Parts: sequence; C-alpha cells; structure tokens
Amino acid sequence: MDPVDPVIEDKPVFIAPAGDFIGPGHSYGSVTDAVSNIALGKTPKGWFGGIAIGLILLMALNYGLTYVFFVGVGKFGINIPVAWGFAIVNFVWWIGIGHAGTLISAFLLLMRQKWRTSINRFAEAMTIFAVMCAGIFPLVHMGRPWLFFWLLPYPDTMGMWPQFRSPLVWDVFAVSTYFTVSLLFWYTGLVPDLATLRDKAKGKAAKVIYGILSMGWRGSAKHWKRHEVASLLLAGIATPLVLSVHTVVSFDFTVAIVPGWHSTIFPPYFVAGAIYSGFAMVIMLGIPMRKWYHLEDFITVRHLNNMGKLLLATGMIVTYSYGIETFMAFYSADKFERYAMMNRLTGPYAPLYWLLVATNIVIPMTFLWSHRVRTSPVALFLMATSAQIGMWLERFVIVVVSLQRDYMPSAWGMYYPTHTDWEVLLGSIGLFLTLFYIFARFLPTIAMSEMRDLVHKTAEEAGVIAAE
Amino acid sequence: MEKRPIYGVMAEFDNTHDLLKAAEQAHEAGYRKLDAFSPFPVEGLSEAIGFRTWLPAIVLVGGLIGCAGGFFLQYYPNVLGFPLDIGGKPFDSWPSFIPITFELTILCAAVSCVFGMFALDRLPTPYHPVFNVPRFELASRDRFFLCIQSKDAKFNVEEVKSFLLALNPREVNVVPV
Repeated sequence: MDPVDPVIEDKPVFIAPAGDFIGPGHSYGSVTDAVSNIALGKTPKGWFGGIAIGLILLMALNYGLTYVFFVGVGKFGINIPVAWGFAIVNFVWWIGIGHAGTLISAFLLLMRQKWRTSINRFAEAMTIFAVMCAGIFPLVHMGRPWLFFWLLPYPDTMGMWPQFRSPLVWDVFAVSTYFTVSLLFWYTGLVPDLATLRDKAKGKAAKVIYGILSMGWRGSAKHWKRHEVASLLLAGIATPLVLSVHTVVSFDFTVAIVPGWHSTIFPPYFVAGAIYSGFAMVIMLGIPMRKWYHLEDFITVRHLNNMGKLLLATGMIVTYSYGIETFMAFYSADKFERYAMMNRLTGPYAPLYWLLVATNIVIPMTFLWSHRVRTSPVALFLMATSAQIGMWLERFVIVVVSLQRDYMPSAWGMYYPTHTDWEVLLGSIGLFLTLFYIFARFLPTIAMSEMRDLVHKTAEEAGVIAAE
Repeated sequence: MEKRPIYGVMAEFDNTHDLLKAAEQAHEAGYRKLDAFSPFPVEGLSEAIGFRTWLPAIVLVGGLIGCAGGFFLQYYPNVLGFPLDIGGKPFDSWPSFIPITFELTILCAAVSCVFGMFALDRLPTPYHPVFNVPRFELASRDRFFLCIQSKDAKFNVEEVKSFLLALNPREVNVVPV
C-alpha cells in the first residue's frame, strides 16, 4: 500500500444542534475525535494517580489471596455456624454491580432508549470487570480451590458428574455464560470503534494492535446490517440473562432451609438490588469520567437525571422488598422466621442493619425525588456511593446475620472479619479500578459509531439534513 | 507502467442522502456486485444494494442446540447413565434442570450469533483492496463510499466512472486489487 498521507478535511459537512441527549455543535467527526483523542492522545497526569491507587489495592489482593491459597480458608473469619463470610458477600455484590451494564446495553436497546448511547460502552466494560472480580470469590472460598474444576462436567477418570441439581453448579453455568455473553456483546460493539482508532492512530504499534483487534472492519453496509441484527439478537438474549443470573445467585440462598434465606422473594429482590447497585456504579464511574475527559456534551445532565430516576425506581423496589420481607416474617407466625427478622433489627449486628437502612433506603429515597439532586453531579455521586455501601451491607446482613443465629441457640456464633477479609475486599476494588483505568486509557469509552448515529438522528429531527 | 488489476471503482460522498440515492440508482442500473461503506449503519442502505442476512436463522439453531444439549447433559447422567435413588426423589427432575438448560441456550445462541456474524462477514480480513484508497480512512469517521466491483457483469471502468461521477460524489477513485 502506498504510504500516502491523505488530506483530512476538518470542515464538517453539517453541525447538529443540541439534541435530547447530546450537546450542541457536533458533527460525525467531532464526536469521533472527542472520544478517540482520549485513547490516542497523551496520558493525562491524573490517570497515573488513579491507576496507582488501583495497583496498590491490587497488591493487597495479591497478598491476601496468596496467603489464603497457601494456608487455607481459615485465614478468613469464617467458622461454624457462619461458614460464608466476606467472600460470598463480595461475590454477590460484584455480580450485582455487573447487571446494570447489561441492562443498559441490552434492555435499553430493545426499549429504543436513545440515552443509552453514550453510557453503554463503559457500562458494559464495568460489567465485564465486575464479573471478573466476582469470579475470584467462588474459587477462593472453597476449602480445596485446586479442585474447582470438579464443578464442570468434564470427562474424568472417576466416572463422577457434578451435582446438576445444586445452585452452586447452576452458578458456574450462569456466571460463565454471563461473562462470555457480556464479553462477546461488548466486543461486537467495539469492533467498528477499534477500526476508527486503527484509522486515526499515528504510531505503527497502535495501528497494528488496533488493526488486529478490529479484524479488518471496513464499514461495509452488509457488515453493518449483520452487526445491527446481531446487536438486537444479543440484546434480546442478554435481557433474560440479566434476570436469570442474579436469580440463580439468589438460589444459592433460597434452597437452604436457614430462616431468612428460604424465601421466594429472593429472586426479584436480588435482581432489583443488583440493578440498583449496578446503576450506582455506572453513576460513580460516569460522573468523574465526564468531568475529567470533558464529555459533558455526551453524558449530559439528562443522562444523569435518567440514571438517577432508575436508581430511585429500583431503590423503591428494594425498599418494598425489605418491607414485605419483614411483614411476611411476622405474618408467617413461624417463630424461627420471626426471630431471624428480630435478630436483624435488634441482635448483635443491629447497628449494621440500621446503617443499611440509612444508606440504602433513607438517604437515597429521600433525596433522589428531587430534580436538583438528580441533576447535580456531586449530589448524585453521593447518593450512588450511599447506595453502593448500602447494597454491600445488605449482602452482609443476608449472609452473615442469617447464618449466625439459625434454629438451635447452642449453634449460634459470631463472625468477625479478619485482615485477610479486608485485604481481599479492598483488593477486589483495586482489581476493578486497575482494569477500568486501563480500559479508559486505551479503548473508546463511548460508542463512537452509535454517537455518530445519534448526531445523524438529531440532525434529521432538527431538519438540518433531509430525512431518508 | 504495468497496469494493476482493478478491484472496482469507488465514489466518496459526504452525506447519507447522496449515498443512499447513489446505491439505489446503481442497483436500478443493473449493478449487482457492489458494496457501500459508512461510519455508522445507514437505514435502508443494505436493502438498496439488495442484501439479506441469514444470521437470525443461525442464532435460532444455535439456541436450540444449546437448549437440547443442556437438557441432555443433565438428563443423561441423572436418568440414563447413573441414576441414584436419593430418598425416592425422581430421576428426571426436570424443574431442577431448567437453570442450566436456560443458561446454555443463551450461551450457545450468543456464541453462534457473534461467531456467525464474523464468519458471514468473512472477518478477520487483514487486507482488503478498498484500503488502497487513501481517503478510505475517513469511512470510519465521517465519509461515505460506494464501490462497484469489477467482477460485476456490467462492469466497464470508464462507464462505471462516469456513472458514479453523475451521482454527485466528492471524488471517484479506481481501486486496485
């Protein structure tokens, strides 16, 4: 190929006015450049600070996990009766966080919600990284983690099959499916944007790497048609997946007979809670990103408002679930169920339960009704942080407080997290941050091809260009 | 100078309206081996060049294989191969087989969707003649292209060039193989 440098005209053919979900003064080229310059330009100094924090916490994960693999799960604070501690709490928390990304990518696509365009790329990336963090814990919480592959139906010499009727095995299939489908969906959407980066990259290494990753995408109309069909089909497939994965995770608890666990409310309760914490994470990632990378024209105030509304809606479902759970415990007249609920309200972990109520319900549900709160980046970020902490506490209360006091008082116990528990929890946050910072530096954080389409539709609606 | 064989003739447009009209007129003029290129999917464009896709059928088949496979994966050991009488519970406890069957349906449908899409697209394709046109880089940013391939029955370099020039392009290029 001749090494001719084409003359790139910077004058756009038209400039679109402000749309519902995009700032004014944009063209196909400007939305492309705003996003690709982040990936192709110089690394901002703040990025180094951010990834440093991520890497330091990742080292804590390294330390904690190595200790556990070498010495045993006793390094966690688990005991009998509380055989599941932070590890399972973190697993459910991370998987729950992942759900919003798939919801935004898949469900909002099916509902033709244009506001998903600028947030779906990094939300789906968030999902993949959250599932990666979650996947550590089922492995680590095992007494014999080197035998994890016994959960898979592989042809073995012992003639043994996994117990397909167990939710723990269902988890293996659900979480692996979730990770694979999310990764495939994300990559499918990324390919056209990687082609843009390949075409715009100046350095040889960048061109080659993006070129390989984009697989030679050239924007052929036939390929775009298949791409659109594939995106819709994947969205249709991924939507029930969102619901089913956290349902299967909730089955880990519901099939047990422990009071406080054996409840049919768990599947919808968990899914609503998952979407709640997931949107909280999308907000916690999106607000700093839009500020530091100057993407306010793409992740607009209307986006913040919509995400705040979704946070409010799912938070209301979670609030209702708490209420009905408490009501049913007493209405059931089952003394064990009643005691399990009383233990949450007044037992040794009661301060955590009331902190949970404050951070998950009282603070967000009071303030998110206000338009000013939902459209203020700082206020919305604080609400999201509160919800995020609250959801972790909810998982803790469900797992630990139900286990510590079940049927027999002689079997009652307490759970105290060890330093290893904290290292692994904070370390998993470090892993997530590290992955996300790498993603934000090298990959397009907003779906450029979809943004161009949004510019096109905005211009059509405003009459700047002729409608087809 | 030795003449390089020609892949086709490509016209560059700067808006979707012109590209769509050009594609429709090219199709009407009888050209069948053509392709259009854009930085985002343009509505009506693939139909204008006469294209339909098999992908939904592939995904359906993939999903059905996942469903049947997933169910049989559990049915075989629990009912046929190694039935274990546990408290008299049924061997073919199909409700407990549903979660895994459901997940494998979704997994196989999604995998067949993505791999099917790339296979039908013939991607990865590291080299393609259209990249020989320097300005084609803009196809991934904000320009639109229509290419009529030389293997079309009605192809004649000069005729196609003048046909495309009449459709209001920004420029027309001959694409070497």
